[in-house]
Amino acid sequence: MRVLDLIRFAIGALVGHRLRTVLSVAGVSVGIAAVIALTALGEGARRYVTGEFEALGANILIVIPGRVETTGAMPFGGVTHDLTLEDVRAMRGRLRNVLRVAPLAMGTETVRFGGLSRSLPVVGTTSDFREVRRVTMGSGSFLPEGDMDQGGNQVVLGTKAAEELFGSGNPLGQAVRIGEWRFRVIGVMAPRGRGLGFDFDDLVIIPVKTNLAMFNKTTLFRVFVEVDGADAMRAAEHELEGLMEERHRVKDVTVIAQDSVVQSFSSILGAMTLALAGIASVSLAVAGIGIMNVMLVSVSERRTEIGLLRALGAGKRQILIVFLVEAVMLSGIGGLLGLGIGLAAVAAFVEIYPAFPAVPPLWAIVTATVMSLGVGAVFGVLPARDAVRLDPVQALARR
Amino acid sequence: MIELINLCRTYRMGSEDVHALNEVTLQIDQGEHIAVVGPSGSGKSTLLNILGCLDRPTSGSYRFSGREVADIGEVELSLLRQRWIGFVFQFFHLLPRLDAVGNVEVPMIFSGVGREERRQRAQRALESVGLKHRFKHRPEELSGGERQRVAIARSVVMSPRLLLADEPTGNLDRHSAEEIMELIERMNAEGLTLIVVTHDPTVAKRAGRIIRLEDGRVAEGGADVRPQI
Ligand SMILES: Nc1ncnc2c1ncn2[C@@H]1O[C@H](COP(=O)(O)OP(=O)(O)OP(=O)(O)O)[C@@H](O)[C@H]1O
Ligand SMILES: [Mg+2]
Repeated sequence: MRVLDLIRFAIGALVGHRLRTVLSVAGVSVGIAAVIALTALGEGARRYVTGEFEALGANILIVIPGRVETTGAMPFGGVTHDLTLEDVRAMRGRLRNVLRVAPLAMGTETVRFGGLSRSLPVVGTTSDFREVRRVTMGSGSFLPEGDMDQGGNQVVLGTKAAEELFGSGNPLGQAVRIGEWRFRVIGVMAPRGRGLGFDFDDLVIIPVKTNLAMFNKTTLFRVFVEVDGADAMRAAEHELEGLMEERHRVKDVTVIAQDSVVQSFSSILGAMTLALAGIASVSLAVAGIGIMNVMLVSVSERRTEIGLLRALGAGKRQILIVFLVEAVMLSGIGGLLGLGIGLAAVAAFVEIYPAFPAVPPLWAIVTATVMSLGVGAVFGVLPARDAVRLDPVQALARR
Repeated sequence: MIELINLCRTYRMGSEDVHALNEVTLQIDQGEHIAVVGPSGSGKSTLLNILGCLDRPTSGSYRFSGREVADIGEVELSLLRQRWIGFVFQFFHLLPRLDAVGNVEVPMIFSGVGREERRQRAQRALESVGLKHRFKHRPEELSGGERQRVAIARSVVMSPRLLLADEPTGNLDRHSAEEIMELIERMNAEGLTLIVVTHDPTVAKRAGRIIRLEDGRVAEGGADVRPQI
């Protein structure tokens, strides 16, 4: 018995029943395409979020004023101290294994140049911020190093802010007004896009001391602490919490380790991808049942053919193989087609939203392909066995 | 070549037994041309199916070339049908998706004949039934007589010893029926054992021997009726 000839015979049967073939191939390809597209979106979301966090820099502790905890209320009726530049100075001075500490103050103010004005987020920080949040410059330089209590009138612009205020002109060295204050542009950041919470392209950065004075505040919005190496993270986090408790005499700040956030986001989104894959597999299973139905109909439609083949000396095993090959080919072709459609859909999606790194994970591609063949084999068995069991005498008898 | 002894085939219909074949005893020699006749429901098709090893007797013995068929396993039985027995049906049973050559190739596909040899043998078989110019025609593009000739080419392409035909001319006009009978008689003349079930007395008359079935039994003296020509 030549299996290749049986396969060729099965292909003939598939081509001979075009509508039936097209429908079941379509069913499987939709299922596979769904698996590919949905897992690609899930994986894209995971990469996007972890990428955002990783852009913050590695081994970062984030200090947030106020106690963000799921358990219990604030001690002592919710009295919180400001998170101040004094605290930052203490962190710099007293914590071991700390590379950089970057304070962050926030406000919104009108930024003017010539006749143009825009209301923009005004971020106050120090030169350390550049390393901590991995800022790259398009032109000019970032805030200069120096005493953070000095303040200063330098401003660094996001690309979009620069474009809107200066058009195609060169902003470097120009004077802008922020509120009533005068600043000199010393740099423009490279385009970066929206990060967690804020859009680096659409803001301005000034020295932290100036920012606090401008908005008449003493409290910082965040403090970023860069730790020397992942191994030191736990100890540094502990030490940082101890220091703040000692200074404020109460636990009134929250310290978040960047890594653990990335990890939990990554695992949540990984689980989401799996869930999407699961949902998509349901459509694959539906397609499988579709194939089974199509094959069962095909078996009963082709009763005479089966009876004839048996009369011509085809063995039960050969009949079984013919019908299984047909089912596997239906789903296999559907699988390949679905793979193509899915990948094309993902490519089109990325074309439209280039910022979203939608990529179908390799495991999804492999599993989907294997599954499409498996679906054919599994759901083809029942019809094939039906075909074999058929009594050739009855099958040939015309009623 | 064929020996049936007290062969019965019984169908169970509810609580009743239908004796499609009842105590049939027969002997058929290599190269004979036999017509099986009898009223509708007398068991002719049942007999042919058992002779073709598509159906098994309920009781009694069927010997094919000296071997008890009941002792032959499923796989070997398929091989027996493949190599030794050819079938021709009233309704042709051609596969509509295949052309004439493709249809004749089918039995060879399942017996593992190579592609090139298959095509050559199929074409030769079609030539021998006078369809040299119909190789690429599908069944729907052929007349009834031509279809039956394709079916005959298919049935003999494996060079069987026994050709079983169940009303092969039942769906054909007189002229085509004549042609078909001449064709299979020519093969009979070359040594093929021929068993033809028919309702048509003129077809039956051409046989070397007529077996008349009545109610599942071989009619009195039926096995020995010779046509008077
Ligand atoms: N699968 C079956 N189940 C029950 N009874 C059957 C079955 N097949 C045949 N029979 C019965 O067996 C008897 C013989 O049937 P068979 O088909 O052999 O007759 P036949 O001589 O070929 O008739 P016809 O000339 O109409 O083709 C009939 O009474 C029929 O009803
Ligand atoms: Mg009959």
